[in-house]
Amino acid sequence: MTLLVEDIHKSFGGVQAVAGVSLSVQAGELLALIGPNGAGKSTCFNMLNGQLRPDRGRIVLKGQDIAGLPPRRIWRMGVGRTFQITATFASMSVLENVQMALLSHAHRLFDIWNPVRREDPARAMALLERVGMAAQAGRPCGVLAYGDLKRVELAIALANDPALLLMDEPTAGMAPSERVALMELTAGIARNSGIAVLFTEHDMEVVFAHADRILVLDRGRPIAEGEPAQVRADPRVREVYLGTGATHGIA
Amino acid sequence: MFENLLVQGLSGLASASSLFLVASGLTVIFGVTRIVNFAHGSLYMMGAYLSWTLVTALPRGHLGFWGGVLVAALIVGVIGVLIEVLLLRRIYKAPELFQLLGTFGVVLIVQDVALMIWGPQDLLGPRAPGLRGAVEILGVRFPLYELFLIAVGPVVLGLLWLLFHRTRWGTTVRAATADREMVGALGVNQRMLFTTVFFLGSVLAGLGGALQLPRESVNLQMDLAIIAEAFVVVVIGGLGSLPGAFLAALLLGQLQAFGILIFPKITLVLAFLVMAVVLVVRPHGLLGRPPASAHAAHVVEPPYPPATPLVRYLGFAALALAVLVPPFMGEFALIVFTEIAIMVLFAASLHFIMGPGGMASFGHAAYFGLGAYGAALLAKHFAAPMELGLFAAPLMAGFAGVVFGWFCVRLSGVYAAMLTLAFAQIAWSTAFQWVEVTGGDNGILGVWPSAWAQPKLVYYYLALVLCVGVTLLLRRAIFAPFGYALRAGRDSPLRAEAIGMDGFRIRWVAFIFAAIAAGVAGGLFAYAKGSVFPTYMAIPRSVDALLMVLLGGVQTVSGPIVGALAYTWIHEQLMRSFDLWRLFLGSVIVALVLFFPQGLVGAAQRLTERRK
Repeated sequence: MTLLVEDIHKSFGGVQAVAGVSLSVQAGELLALIGPNGAGKSTCFNMLNGQLRPDRGRIVLKGQDIAGLPPRRIWRMGVGRTFQITATFASMSVLENVQMALLSHAHRLFDIWNPVRREDPARAMALLERVGMAAQAGRPCGVLAYGDLKRVELAIALANDPALLLMDEPTAGMAPSERVALMELTAGIARNSGIAVLFTEHDMEVVFAHADRILVLDRGRPIAEGEPAQVRADPRVREVYLGTGATHGIA
Repeated sequence: MFENLLVQGLSGLASASSLFLVASGLTVIFGVTRIVNFAHGSLYMMGAYLSWTLVTALPRGHLGFWGGVLVAALIVGVIGVLIEVLLLRRIYKAPELFQLLGTFGVVLIVQDVALMIWGPQDLLGPRAPGLRGAVEILGVRFPLYELFLIAVGPVVLGLLWLLFHRTRWGTTVRAATADREMVGALGVNQRMLFTTVFFLGSVLAGLGGALQLPRESVNLQMDLAIIAEAFVVVVIGGLGSLPGAFLAALLLGQLQAFGILIFPKITLVLAFLVMAVVLVVRPHGLLGRPPASAHAAHVVEPPYPPATPLVRYLGFAALALAVLVPPFMGEFALIVFTEIAIMVLFAASLHFIMGPGGMASFGHAAYFGLGAYGAALLAKHFAAPMELGLFAAPLMAGFAGVVFGWFCVRLSGVYAAMLTLAFAQIAWSTAFQWVEVTGGDNGILGVWPSAWAQPKLVYYYLALVLCVGVTLLLRRAIFAPFGYALRAGRDSPLRAEAIGMDGFRIRWVAFIFAAIAAGVAGGLFAYAKGSVFPTYMAIPRSVDALLMVLLGGVQTVSGPIVGALAYTWIHEQLMRSFDLWRLFLGSVIVALVLFFPQGLVGAAQRLTERRK
């Protein structure tokens, strides 16, 4: 089991944002975390990636408890991330963005002598090749189209050979055709390389087409879990989504 | 003993009131416009000078005095509006450092204008009519005017509170302080709002200055003296928070009043120490809130292209000139060349943290000055030779970088700029007040190079080798993984952390590098001049460094070098040919901020890009 989460809780002031969520993801498996607005998806996610410390519960990555570690330590243990709003280094080229992740992985950030320009680009290019961005390797990230930035983020996230990918709304802000392409790409990479993927998503089409399993949250608690067909048929899920009016995609 | 404490406590309250008047204006202006107005101290000084003129010209009596004070404050308000309309309105969207720098240009201009109008001598005003005497409180005689001042602070706070909570305008100001973009979106006339806020703030500063008339002499040093303290008050209280400013003014007033009794040697340091501690414990001040940066437009910095053949050629040509020409130059030209070499390194060291690091430093002179003092103190107290002194300089500066940097790199934006300024002021006041060790204002004299380096030409080459060497090292680091990591943290802290980078450690190490490099420059400067003075660490020296970097262009790698060359040359010419060089320099700064925000190299790059 790549990731095992046991009964995590988080409250802000008096508000219980997450109250007892447990989940697990295996190598090569895509687990989608869904739920209406305010269900606790983001809070859950931020506890997994280290931005928030859970009030209680365990988050076990490959046998080690990572709850409460800072994001950079969690990354070093093999967790790649993409953000809902892409975060890349705008003043650097696409290639350099990926190289930074590789340099960090190699513990070479405090090298003040060797020019980055003379680094062997082969590994970074191979990563860009995987996400279909090799042709744009020399362009600055500041000028890329949004869909391309998402691909660059994926390449960065893959740079440390992660065991787990955390993707926060991977297709948010993209055109519908791009969404399908990006998720197919992600799913392909995950299955071929045995990477566990946990993602949140608003687009139900994306979720039901690509997730192996789905975990539905409502008001901080899990209300359903299973394969897409099971979740689709679950009356409580229907109730939650019907109640909020967001029925399309489920039916 | 008790009487003594009482008197100190009361005079502490009186200073707190004056301080609050100035700080309240500063904080209200910041709250709405997000501008840290360096020229606020100048408005205060103008208030004092104008009220002197009015009060001495008007007939004696209540009307003459109080009328003069009020009219002076109103005139200052109008001057403030002029500054806002002519300068600040155009730079609201510029980075904080440009705003600080632009308003510092105004400081320089006002200094020379005041010198032209009122002359260099201290001016003494009349005492306030009706408040000349003293009263006895618990057996201690206490001046009436001080009691009056004690009352002014809370009264002004109360009036401001009413203004902000009971008028429509005040409500808008509070809303704008909380969320400027939202208020703009709701259709409030922002221009009018900003201008009126600036008027109010300026009037408060002018009033603060005018009310000093019966207390102390009016002089040309009032502006920087009060602005440093007002910054401390505003930052401790929390930028934009009026009650915070009041609280901080009280705290600081008492601190200074009793500090004199307990630690007479470090009164100046004390205020800045408190500020440093508060900022570390509460990064946004006692009652401040973190700014709502969610809406802030994200600035995309340009990439650093590698040196083009042309730039490389120019660089080699400049270096060849620097090596080949000096043997044929006179002593004076050699001295200027030596200074230019030192300034190039000083500017490059600041650029290292400002450009790739994106950190604002308003106190870089601290490391330059500590380098100089590191060398000079060894020479004075241990008769150490130059070789040892030049080794001690970066060591001392680097040590300060380790300690100060640990605090400074935690903050960002205006708060970081203020904290770096605070540390520089701590270093400056230590050198200024610790007379036994540092010689105080008289400095340390007789810091001469070893015999072999005495000839000006030899010393020049020594300085050239060290300065060019360290500058190239910094440049090398910018293009190495470390420089990239620094930029990564600036571009996207979120992403940097998510790929395993410890942003704090990276920025801290960069800060230390920059301090060491500035220390090398400072050490060389000490032996070049043969003496060191506290002014090496004073605000104007920090501004020199900023100007060099900004003149060249922050986000270009060659910028600091070009900037240092241009600035040192301009400065030299100005000092030689103009008496009113501050006026001129101030105008140059304002023009730079308004028309060349990318600096000379940035502008040149744009020009060549357009040609393509």
